[in-house]
Amino acid sequence: MNREEILQDLRSRFAGDILDFQDKSPKRVFVEIRPEALKQVARHVFFDLKARFNIASGIDTRRAIEILYHFTIEDINLMINLRVKLDRDHPVIESLAPWIEATNWIEREISELLGVEFKGHPDMRRLLLADNWPEGVYPLRQDYEEWDETAIRDRGV
Amino acid sequence: MGKRTVVPIGPFHPLQEEPEFFTLTVEGERVVDIDVRIGYNHRGIEKLSERKNFDQSTFVIERICGICSTSHPFAYTRAVEDVFPMEVPERAKYIRTIIAEGERIHSHLLWAGLAGHFLGYNTVFMWVWKLREEILDVMEILSGNRNNYAMFKPGGVRRDIQEEDIGPALAKIESILPTMDMLIAAIKDDPVIHARTKGVGVLSEEAAINFSALGPTSRASGVSRDVRVDSPYGVYDRVDWDMIVTENGDVYDKVVVRMLETIESARIMVQCLSNLPPGEIDANIESVPPGDGIGHIEAPRGETFHFVRSDGTNRPVRHKVRAPTFMNLPTFKSTVVGETVSDATIILAAIDPCYCCTERVAVRDDKGKKIYSGTDLVELSRKKTERIMSRMGIR
Repeated sequence: MNREEILQDLRSRFAGDILDFQDKSPKRVFVEIRPEALKQVARHVFFDLKARFNIASGIDTRRAIEILYHFTIEDINLMINLRVKLDRDHPVIESLAPWIEATNWIEREISELLGVEFKGHPDMRRLLLADNWPEGVYPLRQDYEEWDETAIRDRGV
Repeated sequence: MGKRTVVPIGPFHPLQEEPEFFTLTVEGERVVDIDVRIGYNHRGIEKLSERKNFDQSTFVIERICGICSTSHPFAYTRAVEDVFPMEVPERAKYIRTIIAEGERIHSHLLWAGLAGHFLGYNTVFMWVWKLREEILDVMEILSGNRNNYAMFKPGGVRRDIQEEDIGPALAKIESILPTMDMLIAAIKDDPVIHARTKGVGVLSEEAAINFSALGPTSRASGVSRDVRVDSPYGVYDRVDWDMIVTENGDVYDKVVVRMLETIESARIMVQCLSNLPPGEIDANIESVPPGDGIGHIEAPRGETFHFVRSDGTNRPVRHKVRAPTFMNLPTFKSTVVGETVSDATIILAAIDPCYCCTERVAVRDDKGKKIYSGTDLVELSRKKTERIMSRMGIR
């Protein structure tokens, strides 16, 4: 299948789940989907379209917690970015880790840096933050405030 | 089930250059389970980058890691250039490719030396690192620095390669190619290296795909993925080189892939240096419009991935960094279990782990101390010997 066929198939297959479709450049497509549909769409892209999972980027936009799942289909040089927007007060989404091993660590990272709950994740231990980091403080949230008085602050420029 | 013992390795261990904590569960000599804990180096570079403007971030990103000091700025600048349609000048593309390939050679050689050291084979370590010095000299000729070249900026490169430097750099690369060939042949034929690495720590093709393993780690398992081929950037689609892919997925194949890649990188450098086109080196970006940008490039260890979101101001609102080790590290679950404890160290080292990249740390040591040159150190050493000799009454 070439690029157009893959994208056309994706749009018709998940017509009810796709909220926004942005064909940004020959190499990049941004697809916003309903969070509930992530599991089906991601598994279709990874297993059926033989894409490689690059990584996921979590972003706090102040209106929502946004997660971009980046997948690359190497044969046609196309990066499909699945965008989900989660409720900022209770960000919950289904974990992909039981199916795609590659998502295991990044879900742990997003969970501790942005406070997203990944339902069904097999091993939700801390990955990067220190043991004495308080629960419920998420450093990549926009309203994060320094809690550690001994921390060396960024002196700015 | 026999008696199980837990062997902790780390967080700080003489064998490891960087802090990480492995928990090996063993039955007799056999590893039955492994757990890895990282995070000892986490310094919050992503957060820091949100407070810097697009030009300053390049320097913060460059200091994520001393070995991949070009890969991160390369991916980052490409992410910024991906936010809006723009084209980097030809000459800048060539210079970027030259610097990136030089880094690949010295990084692979550094790993090969360490791998020899892990096997208890210090001759390899000494030989390979001596060779690596030559490549660092080439980089010094071209960029002025042995490491942390500071060549990249969004829109182009910061410094040009001078015409009079190209000849000496080419001559130096040509002069070390025979040594590299000899070394690769020696490593491929060495019975000790065969015995220690063949059939050890096999990563199957299916596992490599499901873990989305990257770079030499996946190419040694028969997965032909390389960003330089799949999504060409720089001038990789215009020079003549081969992607190295092997089938077995064991540690030996990972060694072979890396060593052969150094030759390919040297080929790319020679071609780029010989055909460097004249012209501008910077597109002079004035402002970055709002939007999302993604940049990914093939670093020595695999794909480095940067995501930048701009809101139209001069700072990124979000900057996501993903180093290749982040994807390669979890493959331990698949490769170490079932092997013996003595093989565990080389398997753990075989992915060429880089924790400061994975955890995005910046380490600096600039307390204003005097920097000693090689001559100074020899002088100091001589003085000390004389002092000892006079104390012992020898002279």
